[in-house]
Amino acid sequence: MGDFFSNLSLGFGVALSLQNLGLAFLGCLVGTLVGVLPGVGPIATIAMLLPITFGLDPTGALIMLAGIYYGAQYGGSTTAILVNIPGEATSVVTALDGHQMARQGRAGVALGIAAIGSFFAGTVATLVIAALGAPLTGLALIFGPTEYFSLMVMGLVFAVVLARGSILKAIAMILVGVLLSTVGTDLETGEERMTFGLPFLADGIDFAVLAMGIFGIAEIMRNLDHTEHRDVVRQAIGRLLPNKDDFKQSYKPVLRGTLIGAILGILPGNGAVLGPFASYTLEKKLAKDPRRFGRGAIEGVAGPESANNAGAQTSFIPLLTLGIPPNAVMALMVGAMTIHGIIPGPQVMTKNPTLFWGMIASMWVGNLMLLIINLPMVGLWVRLLKVPYRLLFPAILMFCCIGIYSINSLPTDVMFIGLFGFVGYMLIKFGFEPAPMLLGFVLGKLMEENLRRALIISRGDMMTFIDRPISAGLLAVAAILLVIALLPSIRKGRDEVFTE
Amino acid sequence: MKKTVLALAAVAGLAATGAHAQNYPTRPITMIVPFAAGGPTDVIARIVTDHMSRTLGQQIVIENVAGAGGTTGITRAAQSQPDGYTIMMGHMGTHGAAPALYPNLKYDPTKDFAPIGLAAGTPIVIVARKDFPANDLKGFLEYLKANADKVNMAHAGVGSVSHSTGIFFNSVVKVKPTMVAYRGTGPALNDLMGNTVDFMTDQIVNVAPQIQGNNIKAFAIATPERSPVLPNVPTTKEAGLEGYEVSAWNAAFAPKGTPPDVVKKLSDALIKSLEDENTKKRLLELGGVIPSATERTPEALQKLVESEVARWTPVLKAAGATAE
Repeated sequence: MGDFFSNLSLGFGVALSLQNLGLAFLGCLVGTLVGVLPGVGPIATIAMLLPITFGLDPTGALIMLAGIYYGAQYGGSTTAILVNIPGEATSVVTALDGHQMARQGRAGVALGIAAIGSFFAGTVATLVIAALGAPLTGLALIFGPTEYFSLMVMGLVFAVVLARGSILKAIAMILVGVLLSTVGTDLETGEERMTFGLPFLADGIDFAVLAMGIFGIAEIMRNLDHTEHRDVVRQAIGRLLPNKDDFKQSYKPVLRGTLIGAILGILPGNGAVLGPFASYTLEKKLAKDPRRFGRGAIEGVAGPESANNAGAQTSFIPLLTLGIPPNAVMALMVGAMTIHGIIPGPQVMTKNPTLFWGMIASMWVGNLMLLIINLPMVGLWVRLLKVPYRLLFPAILMFCCIGIYSINSLPTDVMFIGLFGFVGYMLIKFGFEPAPMLLGFVLGKLMEENLRRALIISRGDMMTFIDRPISAGLLAVAAILLVIALLPSIRKGRDEVFTE
Repeated sequence: MKKTVLALAAVAGLAATGAHAQNYPTRPITMIVPFAAGGPTDVIARIVTDHMSRTLGQQIVIENVAGAGGTTGITRAAQSQPDGYTIMMGHMGTHGAAPALYPNLKYDPTKDFAPIGLAAGTPIVIVARKDFPANDLKGFLEYLKANADKVNMAHAGVGSVSHSTGIFFNSVVKVKPTMVAYRGTGPALNDLMGNTVDFMTDQIVNVAPQIQGNNIKAFAIATPERSPVLPNVPTTKEAGLEGYEVSAWNAAFAPKGTPPDVVKKLSDALIKSLEDENTKKRLLELGGVIPSATERTPEALQKLVESEVARWTPVLKAAGATAE
């Protein structure tokens, strides 16, 4: 325990130096501003801003990059709430209730609770990393393909629970999502699947392209044919910050979200993606009136946003303690560290203690900066909604196109958001929900790859999923969840009325 | 009359290119890196171009165009204006293994480029899980041959360096372990450290920290000389394996038709960058091998590309590995 405090004080000594404080602030600010562009998530933001850190010392550069990462992550949630465009998988859930809140004039409350929940989650996650980072590393290594497949099965069950309307339609959408995820070059054999010989499909469909089209562009089309709705968003702005009642409703979801997100964030292969979905599912199941979810329930923003930020933070554990990046953002951080002459690995902790602990302490500083930057900005963002829609939507469209082009520099991506936007609009018209499809899309690929990997390693023996205790446990939880989800729908015909 | 106009136009054109090359570069240069930001090729490109930018007096901007084992980015770069303002960082995969892996490849590595020069090699290391029942390469090869049906080899996806070099390893030692594909080196290493898979071959920059931290075992490094980063790891030759010397080299290219004096300027800037102490230090820290003076020229790079295509094509074709 003495170690814990001396390490943290060493870290804060580094992170609180004037230069590093300034860099954390600058990183968070720039990250937020770039990340708020539709479609520009943390990966694109960090890649774009990487060169501006070249002149700095490694610790300062990494503190700034980490700031950019949190900023971009948070900026993505802002876009999800304000204009219903999730930049990446983790903010899909935020868009569900966050954007509904914005439509009801509660955008400020949604943004505020997201900022406060994230700050709380970030604080807890920083302490978890500092205290338990090293022992928790083992968890990442226990998770092989078998365990991962079972975890994904559990995730798909979340997708069923996520739906607010017909369960049959939700399952159909999940399957479409899984199907879309199989487009592209097969990992094991290198064969192209469902690409129709089109070269730009060889690497599959980009998540940002799909999400931006299905959510964002479709939303614009819907707003254009429903004049009255957009006026609601424009006129009633309401309170800017959450009040006592909002906090009362949110604090438990924040606590639960933080816990779930922190655990899932440690897992390899983007386990953090599941955090917000799991948190949302849990809140919906615990709520007295689950029907409020999907119609602007504050718990549906508070929980998932906390889970999102806790996961974003704890996914640094495998990177810091092992040097193994658990997802694409962390892989980029590895590159950034390497460019600055720090080769990430198990030795960083002992060889560069000031860098290691300085970075951990700066995580907390970064979260504080986010709060300081974002609470005053809430007013600014909300005022954006007052801009008449006929002026706002061309701007959103233009930023979508720029954002999506900046990710892969592919003109076809821009055309694809148009296509998916049209598909998304049709789905809204026919009462299908896009969120389960996006979760199916994210999980489908991971699920298939891990299933095949597990079966290749077990030489085709299906028992491997039951023989391994963690895998068996996860499958059991999935089965129980599925039964709980299906029972009321069988009994009561479920909440099938709400289709816009 | 017509002839005179044409001749005038030709002269004007020549004058234009001449003036252009003399002042080159007058605006920022784009270097297409055909992989995601943060990977070994991206890191090497950023380190090398940092100094080149200063020599040329114009910023070299890195643009990451990832996809299809790097061939998406290289295809785009090959088809761009050959004016010296779009160049690229190719590597062993895009300019060596790709013709065998991608039958519909839109470029010919030996014909469609104006080579600028070799930037850095990253040696390949043979690594295994920590509790693998062998302690040196000899024991490892014996175990492999005796238990070929039990052993799992990890790689980072068809078309990746670990995939091509892994297939090459299997063909040299004549074994056929079960191949397990991962999406990138990170997840593959994670499972290697978790003892889920048995071994892999990969670039030193990816595996060195784990070897130094005793999380995985290294049997040999596939270069003629040991690496200062891993002084205790023997070369394949020292460990008794002939014919497995391979490095994931990274090299700068311009599209075919780029004016020779522009290429010369770029090549000189690259060579100067490789002589810079800071660049050298950063590349060496990564475990990179800095090309010798004779290996740095455009001519040497052209020869390297030709020999690499000739080396990889039969190996990969025999293994039936294609990515289309």
